Amino acid sequence: MLLIYCPYCEETRDEDEFSYQGEAHITRPLEPENLSDTEWGDYLFFRTNPRGLHHEMWQHTVGCRKYFNMTRHTVSYEILETYRIGEQATVAPASADSATAEGAC
Amino acid sequence: MQINRLPVGGRIERDKPVYFSFDGRTMLGYQGDTLASALLANGVRIVGRSFKYGRPRGIVAAGAEEPNAIVQLGQGASSVPNLRATQVEIYSGLQAYSVSGWPSVNVDLMAVTDWFARFMPPGFYYKTFMWPKRFWMSYEHLIRKAAGLGWAPDGKDPDVYDKMNQHCDVLVVGAGPAGIQAARSASRAGARVILADEQAEMGGSLLATTTELNGAPAYQWLEHALAELRSNERVTLLPRSTVFGYYDHNFLGIIERRSDHLGLTNATGARQRLHRVRAKQVVLASGAIERPIVFANNDVPGVMLASALGTYLNRYGVVPGKRLVLFTCNDGAYQTAVDWHKAGQQVVCIVDSRKDASGDAVAAATSLGIDVIKGHALIEAVGRARVKAVKIAPINADATAVIGGLRNIPCDVVASSGGWSPVVHLSSHSGAKPVWSEQVLGFVPGASAAVLSTGSSKGVFDLRACLQDGVQIGLEAVQAAGIAVDGIDLPACPDLVEPVAQVQQALFLAPHKKPTSRAPKQFVDYQLDVTAASIELAAREGYRSVEHTKRYTAMGFGTDQGKLGNINGLAILANALGQSIAETGTTVFRPSYTPSTYGAIAGRDVGELLDPVRCTAVHRWHEEHGAEWENVGQWKRPWYFPQPGEAMQDAVNRECLAVRNSVGILDASTLGKIDIQGPDAAEFITRVYTNSYLKLPPGKCRYGVMLHEDGMIFDDGVTACLGENHYLMFTTTGGAAGVLSWLELWQQTEWPELQVYFTSVTDHWSTATVTGPNARRVLEKLCTDIDFSRQAFEFMDWREGTVAGLKARVFRISFTGELSYEVNVPAHYGRYMWEQLIAAGEEFGITPYGTEAMHVLRAEKGFIIVGQDTDGSMTPQDMNMDWVVGKNKAFSFLGKRSLARSDTARANRKQLVGLKTHYPNTVIPEGSQIVNNPNEPIPMLMQGHVTSSYFSAALGHSIALAVVKGGLQRLGETVYCPQADGEMIKADIVSSVFYDPEGDRHNV
Ligand SMILES: [Zn+2]
Repeated sequence: MLLIYCPYCEETRDEDEFSYQGEAHITRPLEPENLSDTEWGDYLFFRTNPRGLHHEMWQHTVGCRKYFNMTRHTVSYEILETYRIGEQATVAPASADSATAEGAC
Repeated sequence: MQINRLPVGGRIERDKPVYFSFDGRTMLGYQGDTLASALLANGVRIVGRSFKYGRPRGIVAAGAEEPNAIVQLGQGASSVPNLRATQVEIYSGLQAYSVSGWPSVNVDLMAVTDWFARFMPPGFYYKTFMWPKRFWMSYEHLIRKAAGLGWAPDGKDPDVYDKMNQHCDVLVVGAGPAGIQAARSASRAGARVILADEQAEMGGSLLATTTELNGAPAYQWLEHALAELRSNERVTLLPRSTVFGYYDHNFLGIIERRSDHLGLTNATGARQRLHRVRAKQVVLASGAIERPIVFANNDVPGVMLASALGTYLNRYGVVPGKRLVLFTCNDGAYQTAVDWHKAGQQVVCIVDSRKDASGDAVAAATSLGIDVIKGHALIEAVGRARVKAVKIAPINADATAVIGGLRNIPCDVVASSGGWSPVVHLSSHSGAKPVWSEQVLGFVPGASAAVLSTGSSKGVFDLRACLQDGVQIGLEAVQAAGIAVDGIDLPACPDLVEPVAQVQQALFLAPHKKPTSRAPKQFVDYQLDVTAASIELAAREGYRSVEHTKRYTAMGFGTDQGKLGNINGLAILANALGQSIAETGTTVFRPSYTPSTYGAIAGRDVGELLDPVRCTAVHRWHEEHGAEWENVGQWKRPWYFPQPGEAMQDAVNRECLAVRNSVGILDASTLGKIDIQGPDAAEFITRVYTNSYLKLPPGKCRYGVMLHEDGMIFDDGVTACLGENHYLMFTTTGGAAGVLSWLELWQQTEWPELQVYFTSVTDHWSTATVTGPNARRVLEKLCTDIDFSRQAFEFMDWREGTVAGLKARVFRISFTGELSYEVNVPAHYGRYMWEQLIAAGEEFGITPYGTEAMHVLRAEKGFIIVGQDTDGSMTPQDMNMDWVVGKNKAFSFLGKRSLARSDTARANRKQLVGLKTHYPNTVIPEGSQIVNNPNEPIPMLMQGHVTSSYFSAALGHSIALAVVKGGLQRLGETVYCPQADGEMIKADIVSSVFYDPEGDRHNV
């Protein structure tokens, strides 16, 4: 059960109040009609799914209902930061080999 | 008869006799006994039969690690399966049953025939799960009955269970010497401390030790230390509380058994309580589990752990035998032999694998005249229902081979000790990978920023070291929790005399004269009958990963999760693979540490408190008028209103005909309603719907379809312009919450420049749909300030007015194809409005109808229901609704680009059509597959499936909606719907609009 700091409420709350909304920083193309099927398909379907640091979007569903971003380690579940929509992450996404924690099966 | 109870000693209350029963036999024990100690006191040797071979099994351990003495308590609704007798406190009237052994533990058919074992070679699980499912189905019944998996209670649990959310600075898991010291030093620094321990009494190893503290019995120091903690209001002591799981971000679950020691049910309060603890810092002082040494026939009743024997002796005054042979590779176990001797029992000999064993422990035993046989191993136990003798033999220096002749030594109890395994389960839950320590000869907690361990749970086994380490770790914990520790008065370490321990030998599997595969069975995992031979077989068959070997042999798969056997199994595997234990690694531990009851996990979150029921303001009226209910999401909606003597189809036919012929009324309050305001509201709505709302004037409504970015329909509904910059969006009943999140997502993340605000108003309004040729007349009776004439109040208009004296919004929209008005009033007036409408409609025979009639009426018109006729893979074009897609919208609305993707645009997609059977009374089952040729060999080519299907009373025949590949080009063709019973339902593909295709009826 994660503890999540909502950057709008400015409070740390229980994961129960939030819902995961997928990878962050997926920007909708401004002119979809000018994209090829492949390019549009990339926007629609392809996500990074890293083992390590991941920028992801959450919604404070039963709180302020704001969407916000989070940098989270997908193995250790450590949350390094949360930040508002429109802001940039201060922690860079992991390269594949910097994910040191071991997975479990 | 407590034949094995000593006349004095132990921590039991001999003046409080307790009568209990085991497998129907009544016995006497004392207050303070566990079921295991009381059974041993009564001379009960066999407590179960083994899983695979049906061998008799006795009590081995004294704690959570017990693999054999698994019992079921009580019968009926409160019965509890899968408890370890070693952890059950006895109470008057307790009824315990052995869960394994069929027909009974003493007469076991399986042991006689041994037939069962042939079904279950090593790899049984693995192979079974690879086989067709039906094999497992046919086995499962027998396995469950024979193998002792307990049985489920046969009724609703009558007890209540609580949950409690707790916060603390330091949570200490385990109240042994190290845990108590940690709690003391943390609490002295002013920290809020929770100290949880799974036993009834706190103290851990101190409860069974004969070592004196400060020159007095250890319990005196213990009582003093616990009194200090008890008097501190910032300390919460939780006995009988198992910390079963360690989850993310220092969230831990504790189940406190509040009344299980008093009886099966608790009439006055919660039986168990789940503590949901968020700790700033966690200290794991969860102790260690003694490891048995594996030898041939080591499962014969009477073979126990050395420490367990000491516990039964010292804590419970129970001696399960007279003549003891102790087998050890370390000094620690000697104390059991010394205590046994001092209790007046006979120690036949101590068999020590170490050739050079000497020092304090050996001297202490020798001085009592105990025969210590060094450089030997106990290689085989003799006996079946109870141990009668052991065979010992000289072994080589590294304990891998027998190097001399066997000696047969008669005895009636055997204790073994292969050293201690730290309990690293919780540490492992937290994500830290256990690390093998050659010094400890066990896995110790891996490095973790968040978790501190102390005492034997991290491989510190000396009592003095535990007491000192606990103080230090407690201090570190409070500092980590951000509490100042300057000048605190740390608890002192009591004086004690401990023998200096010699180095122990690594010994997991005692060598036998025969190779492992030929020797009598050497059990590693008692609960699932996994032998050393089967692990070696797995290695030979190519299993190198410990996780695979676990699954192949089922080692550690029991309810004990291999607490006793896993390390031995790992060592045997490592040896077979010719590698070290560290290289072999260990399996991952997962919650729960011991089995948890569902009741405690669920707590009060059951029934309506788990899944709340939403009722409309008119709910009671529906109830009073005999409604049958349909659950739509959390809503209760009237399904149909049967009159006396009516079957469902009769009622639905009557309701549908009333709407078509006169007037019906539907409670539509459950439809989602989102109030949308702001200067950019119209632009926003236009971006999320397929059609445009930019030119929708106040007083008008429009139907729209919402697509995900992949172009697939996910909601639909009508949006009304209430005024300048003000709209009301209706969503489907089930989609309301998802649509609101969807709107917020786009506004907040992609288009923050659009000024628009959303408010859910679903619960604010009560909505009645009045529909049918006489709908206008009904409304006109109750409302004088709205002109209901066809010209003044057109289809897809809405008006504000006064209905039955209530301020109302009336929408002229239709989901039935008839003249329809949806009347909205503030929710609290819902029932009043409803009754006024019913009264006004009486002269027209106004008929309340439910969701079933609603479905039939809309299907007659070919109107889709999102989620029924669509399934997340349907575009507007697939639904033959291209008309709802705006072609000239400036902004590329959500999902638009996807409609042009090659797969979305291809011709042969499944498309919505009608099906008309050749048999008017046959209603094709919904979900039926559609094929072209009834004589096609199986597998037939699926052409699509039926999404909606009803009998239409208005038309006098059945109707169906279906999605068929290229269906819109196939009108008039015949298809077939094969049924499970072999029937082929023949149907023609027709238009999806069955009734009033010109739409004349609503336009009146
Ligand atoms: Zn918030």
